[in-house]
Amino acid sequence: MEFMQYFGGVFEPLSFALLVFGTVGGLILGATPGLSPTMAVALLIPFTFQLQPTQGLILLGAAYTATVAGGAVSAILLKIPGAPANIATALDGHEMAKKGQGTKALHVSFLASGVGGVIGVLLLIFLTPILAKWALAFGPPHLFWMAILGVTIIGSLDSKSFVKGLLSGCLGFWLSMIGYDDIQGAQRFIFTDALTGGVNVITALIGIFAIPQVIEMFAKGRKQVVVSAIKVEKQSLADSLKLLFQNIKALSIGTVIGSIVGLIPGVGGQIAGLVAYDQSKKFSKHSEKYGTGHPEGVIAAESANNAMVGPSLVPLLTLSIPGSPTAAVLLGGLLIHGIFPGSDLFENHPQVAWTFINSMLIGQVLMVIFGIWIASYAARVAQVPSAIMAACVMVLAVFGAYSVQQSMGDVYIMAALGIAMFFLEKFGFSAAPLVLGLILGPIAESNFIQGSMIANAQDGPLPYFLFGPLNIFLIALVVLSIAYSFVMSRRQVAQNVALQS
Amino acid sequence: MNTQRAQHLFPALCVLLLAGTVTFLSFTREPADAFLFPRMVSVVMLGLAIWNFYRAASGLSKVGSGFTVDLIKTIAPGLIVLVLYVFFAAKYLGFYLSSLITFFVLFSLYDPASHKEPRVWVKRLVISVVFMLVIYALFTLLLKVQTPRGIFR
Repeated sequence: MEFMQYFGGVFEPLSFALLVFGTVGGLILGATPGLSPTMAVALLIPFTFQLQPTQGLILLGAAYTATVAGGAVSAILLKIPGAPANIATALDGHEMAKKGQGTKALHVSFLASGVGGVIGVLLLIFLTPILAKWALAFGPPHLFWMAILGVTIIGSLDSKSFVKGLLSGCLGFWLSMIGYDDIQGAQRFIFTDALTGGVNVITALIGIFAIPQVIEMFAKGRKQVVVSAIKVEKQSLADSLKLLFQNIKALSIGTVIGSIVGLIPGVGGQIAGLVAYDQSKKFSKHSEKYGTGHPEGVIAAESANNAMVGPSLVPLLTLSIPGSPTAAVLLGGLLIHGIFPGSDLFENHPQVAWTFINSMLIGQVLMVIFGIWIASYAARVAQVPSAIMAACVMVLAVFGAYSVQQSMGDVYIMAALGIAMFFLEKFGFSAAPLVLGLILGPIAESNFIQGSMIANAQDGPLPYFLFGPLNIFLIALVVLSIAYSFVMSRRQVAQNVALQS
Repeated sequence: MNTQRAQHLFPALCVLLLAGTVTFLSFTREPADAFLFPRMVSVVMLGLAIWNFYRAASGLSKVGSGFTVDLIKTIAPGLIVLVLYVFFAAKYLGFYLSSLITFFVLFSLYDPASHKEPRVWVKRLVISVVFMLVIYALFTLLLKVQTPRGIFR
């Protein structure tokens, strides 16, 4: 129960103010279609430079939690999911709103998100120390394989094409090697002066996640998109609470599925929401009502996508392996403050780790309160023209990238990576494995070099890196993740051929 | 050769050329110890790039929506503004002036409202100035970031 000692830190005036700001800002950004949680968190990182690590993480964690939940507002009132995690919410949520139950849908959505989120963070609290202690047994070869595993899992699961997923991971590894080599000081792949200092992770994150979305907003052109939000009337919160507890089965299914899905690296909130919606429908006595404005659908989907948030941070905080693109961005937020996740985080910086985790717990409660309060106003933000959003995000990205090291080189790299990512995404390459490769590349390389030195003094690199139970287990996971993705992709091709014929 | 196959060939070729260059540099540059890890990665990358190119050439690569002429026409003005802003204007005009111009130009380019009404232009200008004031408050006053001043040096 170590975490109980650090609750005080969350209620320090500045920390609490940042928590409230992150929650409210996250809800508004989440409600805005086109602004993903990952991009919102990436754009916020430059604002954490002047803050203490704990305060910076509180801001990023609050924004992450709230953007996922905030996406439900536009899903319910506009039928436009704010983020992929809210796709399943739109199915019944919007139908409820059309029937005049918009407020009820918003209430149950935030209440279910809160319950799912709290359970998810509790799982994070109880699982993290156990796994962090286990991680102490990890030596250089195991950390090397863990870094490789992080990229292969995300490359396999997060991409529609596993060749392109793995290729994206390799591109990320290559980007991480640009600059001066840490040990020999040799120049590597420096084609221009802007690359002398290497590719900064924060700069790359801003470019890769913000610029493609800006260009996607350009793609909408000057078309007048008339999106009218359904007006909501005031309704009793007590009735919504009653409705939530009447649908406890959907809430439980959503929370359990979200928590499990969150623990698996690479499987995001979209999968959590859709699987929970599907399973809740299968177990429901009123499955025929799904899709017609049934509250069970909203409850299952929203409890799942927020229950996923806490567990998705377990592999990040214990093994330095981000389980999702947003977790990768949070890792960037940790690294800029010189803090490395894993056992070191809990041994040497327990106040940072636990205050951050506790803030996520309190953040869930704030998210419910503010969500219910500002939901109908947030829908108005969702109607802001994409021309303004594109211009805002672009200017913020440029200022954010520059403020990392006050270098124009970073701005050039940010824009170049962002434009390249937009083109690559159009051909099935994925941003998540590329980012993971960029972040995990230095971890893989330093452990490979360190391991090679130790191995040369022992039995040689081959037995050191390939033998031993933990090595074999991790290598098996790497092979399994690639094989699984390969089989799934073959099956998909076979299905497409069958459909075409 | 159909359009889709041709479209997939181009990025596949670019990635293959990049992988080839990285592999060549990894195996030819010294000191060899500094390129040990890059060699491992580049070999895997080259293998995957060849596989990807083969799939694109044989029409098996179908993931991704690719580009249409309409899409290129729609995004081209915005992309040109982005490139001009980041690679030229930001440094030479200064961050604030170039950002104000970029914001205003982008907003005007993609705003569905009519270009003929003076009231709309005034609204666009006011929004652009207000946004830049917020950016100034955040980055210069709060975060104390010294941005390039360009012609205002």
